[in-house]
Amino acid sequence: MIRQLFKFREMLLVIIIAILLAVFSTRSPGFATPGNLANIFNDTSILIILALGQMAVILTKSIDLSVAANVAFTGMAVGMLNAAHPELPLALILVVALCIGAVLGAINGIFVWKLNIPSIVVTLGTLTIYRGMAFVLSGGAWVNAHQMTAPFLQTPRQLFLGLPILGWTAIVIVAVMHLVMSRTFLGRAIYASGGNPTAAVYAGIDVGRTRFFAFVISGTLAGLCGYLWVSRYAVAYVDIAAGFELDTVAACVIGGISTLGGIGSVAGAVLGALFLGVIKNALPVINISPFAQMAISGSVIIAAVIFNARQERRRGRIILRDRGASEQIEVAA
Amino acid sequence: MNKISLPEPVSETPLLEMRGISKSFPGVKALSDVNIALYPGRVTALIGENGAGKSTLVKILTGIYESDEGDIQVDGKPVVFTNAQDAIDFGVTAIHQETVLFDELSVAENIFLGHAPKTRLGLVDWKAVNARSLALLHSLESNIDPRVRLKDLSIAQRHLVAIARALSVDARIVIMDEPTAALSRKEVDDLFQIVKRLKAQGKAILFISHKFDEVYEIADHYAVFRDGKAVGSGALADVGQDEIVKLMVGRSIEHAFPKVDIPLGETVLSVENYTHPTEFRDISFALRKGEIFGIYGLVGAGRSEICQSLFGVTKPSGGALKLGGKEIVISSPSDAIKAGIVYVPEERGRHGAVLQLPIYQNISLPSLTRTSRSGFLRAAEEFALARKYAERFDLRAAALSVPVGTLSGGNQQKVVIGKWLATQPKILILDEPTKGIDIGSKAAVHAFISELAGEGLSIIMVSSELPEILGMSDRVLVMREGLSAGIFERSQLNAETLVRAATGNA
Amino acid sequence: MSAIPEKRLIPDRLGTSATRLFGSWEALLFAVAVLIFIANSLASPYFLNAWNLSDATFNFTEKAMVAFAMALLIIAGEIDLSVAAIIALASTAMGAAAQAGVGTPGLVAIGIGTGVGCGVVNGILVAGLRLPSIVVTIGTMSLFRGIAYIVLGDKAYGGYPGSFAYFGQGYVFWVFSFEFVLFAVLAILFAALLHATNFGRRVYAIGNNEFAARFSGIRVERIKFTLFLLTGLMSGIAAVCLTSRLGSTRPSIAQGWELEIVTMVVLGGVSILGGAGTIGGVVIAAFVMGLVTFGLGLLNVPGIVMSIFIGLLLIVTITLPVIIRQFRHRKSA
Repeated sequence: MIRQLFKFREMLLVIIIAILLAVFSTRSPGFATPGNLANIFNDTSILIILALGQMAVILTKSIDLSVAANVAFTGMAVGMLNAAHPELPLALILVVALCIGAVLGAINGIFVWKLNIPSIVVTLGTLTIYRGMAFVLSGGAWVNAHQMTAPFLQTPRQLFLGLPILGWTAIVIVAVMHLVMSRTFLGRAIYASGGNPTAAVYAGIDVGRTRFFAFVISGTLAGLCGYLWVSRYAVAYVDIAAGFELDTVAACVIGGISTLGGIGSVAGAVLGALFLGVIKNALPVINISPFAQMAISGSVIIAAVIFNARQERRRGRIILRDRGASEQIEVAA
Repeated sequence: MNKISLPEPVSETPLLEMRGISKSFPGVKALSDVNIALYPGRVTALIGENGAGKSTLVKILTGIYESDEGDIQVDGKPVVFTNAQDAIDFGVTAIHQETVLFDELSVAENIFLGHAPKTRLGLVDWKAVNARSLALLHSLESNIDPRVRLKDLSIAQRHLVAIARALSVDARIVIMDEPTAALSRKEVDDLFQIVKRLKAQGKAILFISHKFDEVYEIADHYAVFRDGKAVGSGALADVGQDEIVKLMVGRSIEHAFPKVDIPLGETVLSVENYTHPTEFRDISFALRKGEIFGIYGLVGAGRSEICQSLFGVTKPSGGALKLGGKEIVISSPSDAIKAGIVYVPEERGRHGAVLQLPIYQNISLPSLTRTSRSGFLRAAEEFALARKYAERFDLRAAALSVPVGTLSGGNQQKVVIGKWLATQPKILILDEPTKGIDIGSKAAVHAFISELAGEGLSIIMVSSELPEILGMSDRVLVMREGLSAGIFERSQLNAETLVRAATGNA
Repeated sequence: MSAIPEKRLIPDRLGTSATRLFGSWEALLFAVAVLIFIANSLASPYFLNAWNLSDATFNFTEKAMVAFAMALLIIAGEIDLSVAAIIALASTAMGAAAQAGVGTPGLVAIGIGTGVGCGVVNGILVAGLRLPSIVVTIGTMSLFRGIAYIVLGDKAYGGYPGSFAYFGQGYVFWVFSFEFVLFAVLAILFAALLHATNFGRRVYAIGNNEFAARFSGIRVERIKFTLFLLTGLMSGIAAVCLTSRLGSTRPSIAQGWELEIVTMVVLGGVSILGGAGTIGGVVIAAFVMGLVTFGLGLLNVPGIVMSIFIGLLLIVTITLPVIIRQFRHRKSA
């Protein structure tokens, strides 16, 4: 039943996004063309990747508020590395980005796993620390486009079948995360640890360690996004992606991932991110100030939380087993 | 009883043996120097009162706790369980009291979580998982679809899934922790067929139950725990029920219920066709002054739920409530308290007391408006109130300012009952008032329940313990699957009638 | 064990109040505050000066006002991450009103009223609709600040009436600023509310065990609603002080304060899981954070590096007791 509900939820999001696209294209005929849609997807790629990391963490009944700070630090680090050593191949820089991100994620995870500190406190702390470290690393200086090498800046922009490599990266990450969540032990453990931590312990799952790995996933993806962000905007500075952690949480909540853990899907997170991406790209088209974006995503988060809560409340424990009773449930719901 | 009595297996080596196991928690010695042995193809019954250390032993056996002292041997070789996975690796698996599984996952996922068959790429092979789950469930003569979500199953079906999970790991040692608590007689019979099959396959089974008829029906050996010590063990065929009871409680007790027959007064509360969307339907009864009104039924029959809706925790969808002849609506606990109805919940730690707060603050919590002056606390008044009930119930505590969580179960219950009496109620609802309380405190709780009824308080008492229901109640409402299965007068009360009504076996 | 008399007289309390005070978190924190004070006076000759110290109090007074209400909220097991956004929105509302020529009393009323209004919104969402406060207030945080951005964009409001400056810049007598006196009065009021009233007792009961509190006849939703309202009110008051002190309003005003305020509360010994903590602890924590910031400022440490210290302070103060407990446990085992 719940699987159907998810399908319902995801279908609903697909329909809403389609309606939005239709409405916006009446205002601006060029909006829903394949080229522009590819553009919107490409523009939302980073949010999609980060939302998937956040999803893994939220499913385990935790939250990672440090993702955007992780993006800023890793982005600054690889930007400076590229500027200082232009001879280093891009592959190596990518490995460095992934490693830095994973280490920052692992630091969060260690506190949550070994010391049992609530994740919101840990990541509130590391959020300021990681961004502060980006400042310490750079001394407040910017890394500008002319300091970075062409492969570093251009690779994610290469078109392949009409979509830039950046967009393809997001697609690959979506596929990998789908495999991890549905076909590996870690994926099942992530659902189990958030859905019923007590039962997970009895099933031989180490809930703390599962949370640790969820944070490592989130951190690694943030590291990747650190590079993607700097290359996309061709600049690295301390404040990049400031406040973006909230967008990742918003994408998850909109996508139906329960903040109580254990419920949610990769498709939901992706659609949640796309929903935000479409709105962001549509604002200039329908002549709404880009400053309105923040208020809109706030309202959407609140609406999504209300919607999720209604969905979750609908399931009641069923004791009366005869039909009369189940009819009453329908009436009550 | 068709039990084949077996001789003490002297020649057999135990499959699993625990020796000298001790475990302490802050303030409590849960287990001290306990020995127990489980033999292949034998069912060992673990018997003991609540709080005797049974569940601690199970948690050590399944790797949830590590013991402070002692060792565990499997096949004569010492092993160490540091986590649940270690225990599973050595073939130990448990089916728990409240089946601890995952509501949101499918039946197949529940069965194979942690040890699912994999494809060559190392990914979970869902086809194989579903097929093997189906085969396992078929072998248990069940036709549950492995793809449905667990939360859509009944309690008995969940049990089957838990058993299937136990079998899927190829366990050699199966622990069944009160597996029959929520099952009907028919379901118990089915379960016992499965247990017999497991025995035949040479598995060692630890069967935890406090129902003697079941123990005698299924078990070969017994081990009795009392206050964290193993006080007796051996072949069940050699001992009678009286002897086991004596071991359990430490003395032979003819538990006399201090029921005082007092003339019942006028109707205080009448419940008419009370109905809840999912939990119960068409419940009607009248409660009289000075009456102890029992509610009996299996776990999940809706007993606690009706009490909680009388107390305003959940809202009924139909029916009426009359207090002293006047219709009232109770939509929150504070409405109920104002109307003089109070509720001592079953789960003391979760619903009854705020364990982290001191005794005196717990007792004054629902009476704060009386102990305070214009909203400001008055500690002296609170202590005076707490002292009154602490002394009345002979509370054992180091001070009134220690947290309730540091007290024993019986003393915690005294605090919770004291907290409610401090509000000077007219109707007291007791939900499993002696659950998890040692036998000495039990008698004390029964004594003051009688005393309170004698003072004119009307009492609704939910209990799964037949002797308690039979010994204390003036009348008994029996519930089955959310419906009333009859109200029985004191003259009609006997164990057989109530059980038959509760299980629906005509 | 010695023989137990038939009827034992149970004492009210164990030990003296002095022994209980000595071992408390607040005592430890107080010692830390004294150490920082000494270190500061050794590190900088400008530190031990009444006017400098008075200036230093501005580092924490506004945040501490909000922290008092936040402490009650966290003790009750909820959190409000939208406080800084409420300050921004209240400040924007005052700015718009000042632009329209509203006088000082009107501005104060508008600032406080906006705060209360935002608190009511949070209260309805969390207590009325029973939604999880973390996600809800992440949503309202975007919404409230988003509205400020819609109104202001990249502009700023100024031109507040002269008399309005008193709240953030005025002195009651000698070196004691209006803000500091207000802080002290509010500290006493909140301490009384939490520790000496029925309301405060119920807050503790809810935070420790919401079920048992509800079962004891406590109207949990009503109290939570009141707490959100109170937090909104204090954010409104803080907005008046901050706006008055700065003399201008940008939509980014008080950015990131929610983290500092939560840090202050947790540093003050309030359990992030709810149920425990004192206003006294929060007051000392306010001084500790003020002294650290001020001391680092005297040493010319940039603001973003200070935030690293604040983040570290948060994580260290939470992990230290856990590590010590684990260490002791291992030793005794």
